[in-house]
Amino acid sequence: MIGQAMQRVDGPLKVAGRAAYAYEHWEAGQPLYGCIVGATIGKGRIIGIETEDAERAPGVRMVMTHLNAPEQGIRDESIPFEYWRAQPVLTGPDIHYYGEPVALVVAETFEQARAAAELIEVEYAGGRGRFAFAEHEGEAYVPKTVNAGLPTDTSVGDFDAGFDGAAVKIDQLYTTPYEFSMPIEPNACLVAPRDEDLIVYVSSQIVDAAQASIANTLRIDPARVHVFSPFVGGGFGSKLGIHSETILAALAARELDHPVKVAMTRQQIFQLIGMRSTSSQRVRLGAERDGRLAAIAHDVTMHTNPDVEYAEQTAATSRSLYAAPHRLTSHRLTPLDLPRGTDVRAPGEEPGLLAVESAMDELADALGMDPVELRIRNEPALDPERGVPYSDRHLVECLREGARRFGWEHRPATPSSRREGRWLIGYGMAVAIRVHLQGPAAARVRLEADGTAVVQTDMTDIGTGTYTILTQVAADGLGLPADRVRIELGRSDNPTSWGSGGSWGAANSSTAVHRACATLREKLLAEAHDDARSALRGLDPADAVFSDGDVRIGGASEPLSELVARNHPGGVAAEGETRFMGDEPNYTNYSIHTYGAHFAEVGVDADTAEIRLRRMLGVFSVGRLLNPKTARSQLIGGMIWGVGAALEEEAVVDPRSGAFVNRDLAQYLVPVNADIPDVEAVVLDGYDDKANVLGAKGIGELGICGSGAAVANAVFNATGVRVRDFPITLEKLLPGLPPMDA
Amino acid sequence: MRSFTYERATDTQAAVTAVARSGAKFISGGTNLLDLMKLDIEDPSHLVDISRLPLRDIEELPDGGLRIGAQTRNSDVAADSRVRTRYPVLSEALVSGASGQLRNKASTGGNLLQRTRCPYFYDTAAGCNKRNPGSGCAAIGGFNRIHAILGAGDSCIATHPSDMAVAMAALDAEIELLGADGSVRRVAITDFYRLPGDTPQIETVLAPAEMITAVALPSPPPGRQIYRKVRDRASYEFALVSVAAIVSADQGTIREARVAFGGVAHKPWRSIEAEGALTGRPATMATYRDAAEAAMRDAVGQGDNDFKIELARRTLCRTLAQAARAS
Amino acid sequence: MSASDTDAMRRSQGEPAPLSAITLNVNDQVRRLEVDPRTSLLDALREQLRMSGTKKGCDHGQCGACTVLINGRRVNSCLTLAVMHEDDEIVTIEGLGDPDHLGPVQRAFLERDGFQCGYCTPGQICSAVGMLAEVAAGWPSHATAEVAAPRITLTDDEIRERMSGNICRCAAYPNIVAAIRDSAERGPG
Repeated sequence: MIGQAMQRVDGPLKVAGRAAYAYEHWEAGQPLYGCIVGATIGKGRIIGIETEDAERAPGVRMVMTHLNAPEQGIRDESIPFEYWRAQPVLTGPDIHYYGEPVALVVAETFEQARAAAELIEVEYAGGRGRFAFAEHEGEAYVPKTVNAGLPTDTSVGDFDAGFDGAAVKIDQLYTTPYEFSMPIEPNACLVAPRDEDLIVYVSSQIVDAAQASIANTLRIDPARVHVFSPFVGGGFGSKLGIHSETILAALAARELDHPVKVAMTRQQIFQLIGMRSTSSQRVRLGAERDGRLAAIAHDVTMHTNPDVEYAEQTAATSRSLYAAPHRLTSHRLTPLDLPRGTDVRAPGEEPGLLAVESAMDELADALGMDPVELRIRNEPALDPERGVPYSDRHLVECLREGARRFGWEHRPATPSSRREGRWLIGYGMAVAIRVHLQGPAAARVRLEADGTAVVQTDMTDIGTGTYTILTQVAADGLGLPADRVRIELGRSDNPTSWGSGGSWGAANSSTAVHRACATLREKLLAEAHDDARSALRGLDPADAVFSDGDVRIGGASEPLSELVARNHPGGVAAEGETRFMGDEPNYTNYSIHTYGAHFAEVGVDADTAEIRLRRMLGVFSVGRLLNPKTARSQLIGGMIWGVGAALEEEAVVDPRSGAFVNRDLAQYLVPVNADIPDVEAVVLDGYDDKANVLGAKGIGELGICGSGAAVANAVFNATGVRVRDFPITLEKLLPGLPPMDA
Repeated sequence: MRSFTYERATDTQAAVTAVARSGAKFISGGTNLLDLMKLDIEDPSHLVDISRLPLRDIEELPDGGLRIGAQTRNSDVAADSRVRTRYPVLSEALVSGASGQLRNKASTGGNLLQRTRCPYFYDTAAGCNKRNPGSGCAAIGGFNRIHAILGAGDSCIATHPSDMAVAMAALDAEIELLGADGSVRRVAITDFYRLPGDTPQIETVLAPAEMITAVALPSPPPGRQIYRKVRDRASYEFALVSVAAIVSADQGTIREARVAFGGVAHKPWRSIEAEGALTGRPATMATYRDAAEAAMRDAVGQGDNDFKIELARRTLCRTLAQAARAS
Repeated sequence: MSASDTDAMRRSQGEPAPLSAITLNVNDQVRRLEVDPRTSLLDALREQLRMSGTKKGCDHGQCGACTVLINGRRVNSCLTLAVMHEDDEIVTIEGLGDPDHLGPVQRAFLERDGFQCGYCTPGQICSAVGMLAEVAAGWPSHATAEVAAPRITLTDDEIRERMSGNICRCAAYPNIVAAIRDSAERGPG
């Protein structure tokens, strides 16, 4: 089953509208509705808050502000995993960023709660906020580490000497904007109190984190928090941790002893979740005339919220990418009174590769060299910073296969040289690289006496295909048809996983399920070996084959269900797990990544500079594919994110207020269907035996890595205009367009 | 959203009578009004539902024109075979706007009356003279990439977001209005809208309780009609700049031309200046450039939207060239 | 007191407008309910009828997740009031099939993997059903070269343009187009 293009097992529920997301559970009866009121200043304090009108409004059951909010746990920085930490809300009168919750209104209907929220009057004493990144960029500091625990700065060789001595140099500044995950399901939570316990339906990527964070905030035993997240309407990083709607729903539900649900409005999601920081990236490349890099430096400055430090690992992108003896990377943070920076799909690689792969394109142009050839020429033998071998790197194959399939040889040799009617045509390419991570994850597999299996884990399926691939892994592991395997995800009462995020979910949970199945097989075979009633008695378990619901050894065979029923009438279970990568020698001894090469063709309107993607291809190396159908969907989806990052997505802060100005989906542009023509993803056959026993690696973020740069480079090839300030919007190209003729 | 009472009007006269009470508003498609009510920007206390009034017909007029009932949905107007063949610029404008779902709901009258998409108008915490007269204009000195370059003032730099109205402006449409007293009047679409001046909250010449009952299109002018919309996304986005052009050329000379812009002003912007620079002139790029210069002579950028001036020029030139070639 | 005086007094006291008893025809079933006049059709479906297949993504007509069919036409149910739909025939995703008996467009989305997280999917499918009817009726789109042409050829560009009112953040767009192309080629049923 593994490796087959199986349809999503949860698909029928989703296409029929029967998959219930967080806000849509009715098991606990009719809930009350909560609406969040946000601050309308970016910095300062509340000096008066008038809630009486709201409290008297029809249907209102509670108005919670900092004056009456229950005391909560504080954010404990010593808790190693940040998403386990408390997320207290309404803790005091101080306002730290625009939109911060200042009240929750709970009423019998949504309409009542929303109307009452409008009746709350808040008086503020405004403070002097720091909102403009450009103004404060020079005040950046050095964080202790960056995201994922990576070192802030690295240095190999002597960069200055290497760069100074290089024959051809690129030294450019690239900037990327604030960006948001913006899944279509809003952050939402329904909390139902049951005696001392809380039943929590929440849209969460990591159930264990939700449970721990709620418990830490409410200062209750995590065992009393029962989290359910069976379906998640997209995450992309924004649901790794829980947010204020969850805590507010939980606080209100406990106070009122009644189920309460709260969803953020789309506008609030732009203020209350956090975003990918804007970045300013200086990239320096020094190369010999033959294209070989002598020196690479990647220096990044981003914003951080002063209270919650977050440093996206943007410069880490270039650490394992190309060979060069002299190297530097650095990260700096400028504190601003804005929402926290946070993980947005492919943290580090998405903005980092926009810059580095644009710079490589500039270098190819300066050298007069084919950009594909330039990459091939800089393929390292060992990880250039860590000095360890790559586990399974096929980047050059991706480049060659991609160039062949795309027809790269037809690329316009000089920029702005091909025109078809009103369109200036350009080709661009860029590489993809994404670190592969492994974390502790457990899964339980239960075999029932009727010969069906249940996989239980708190792992989530955020659209990634977890339900489907775990069905495949368990079906293979137990020799069962897929329809006899049931997957139970997203429950905190199940064994704990690392959830969905960082592209680690599939490999972690599949490996755990695979191991649980192996343990079950061994146990059943050992029992059969010594069981006089078994047809397999005395036969060598090493020769056993589990297939079609039967267990065969040589010519003897017995239904799996009978093996279970005879010794375990109530069913039998085993757990499997993966360990933290720091405890796995392979992750120390090898550089384990996924790779790819993106190729894009764009048209730029010669009159108006409108940019339209014409086609796109990605060729990827990801180890072994668990399911080509769901994998292709994720890769294509990621590539399209890259198109958005290159051309559309930009959240704008008003430096006077600290508010995101374009905070809705009409103004914060993400790609729509008409933006996306043919996009294809091809995956090379592979198996990374260093990653895990299945040979599989993560793919949820790889598609976005570098895809934006391929589009940006195609825009340059089309127009001859290099835009280094992303996104590339038409006003940045207009001045460089050819004059209009008849 | 504050509470309101609701009634469904059964005939047009009853509707204008019902809406005469203070705080009352018409609702039809609701696609803009409810959007704004949810954000506490519009705050009616009573809604008069006119969506089922018998104003959904598109009728032939004796002069060869069409009369489009105000309750005709945008998608029905765009799909009407008479509109498609005789007024393709209108059909093109309509299908370039919003989405299929929104066009199925939005009415002709409601489209004309939709409010600006200025983000500061949408933010009740920001200064906005249109939403809250006297509170200032946060768009001036703020993020103003989508804002007006023509006809704006110190009080407001918002743009009118309609595509449909731009095509109608080029077609010399007239708006038919029914007053509370039963009187009927017709106003040319270019006179229907007001520039912001000192009262940007007053966007049209619509009197209190007056209702749009129809839009009359005179018989189509000669020449080829084109609507060209420029935007970041390929679809489902308001115009950065749009041009409705109608050009009649004969043996290389422009006989008659109509030009209207969208996305550049507080109202659909008919450019008499551009038309004057085209009529009787050779159908060449030099002429189009002159027309573009004339159209943008008084254009003023606000910073982020400075590019719109050149974008409008270039878009006009290309659209004119296409229309003249095909005419 | 005049009607407007009554309005003003009621509102200053935060009094609700009285509930309206309405009858909605949803998926061929007559449903009687009492709604606040402020209740959107979307919230009436989700919170009162507890039919949560219709999704709330933005509540402002900017994403399309709430798309349903009213009298055969696709609309954003977030931007219309429930009280306005007395006697209208409303079809939601639940009315197009159930997990064991999928409708043809639902089946095509499943086969082509035209979704990932599934949240925008009901809106995409309802939109596709409405869109195919619009094409059959010969309606032009922004992708139609000549709006005056009486017939529409359902090219991929036509599908993409016509489906652009439904945002899929997982970006399953190429698969959505493939699913709709399959549906159109197979014909109704």
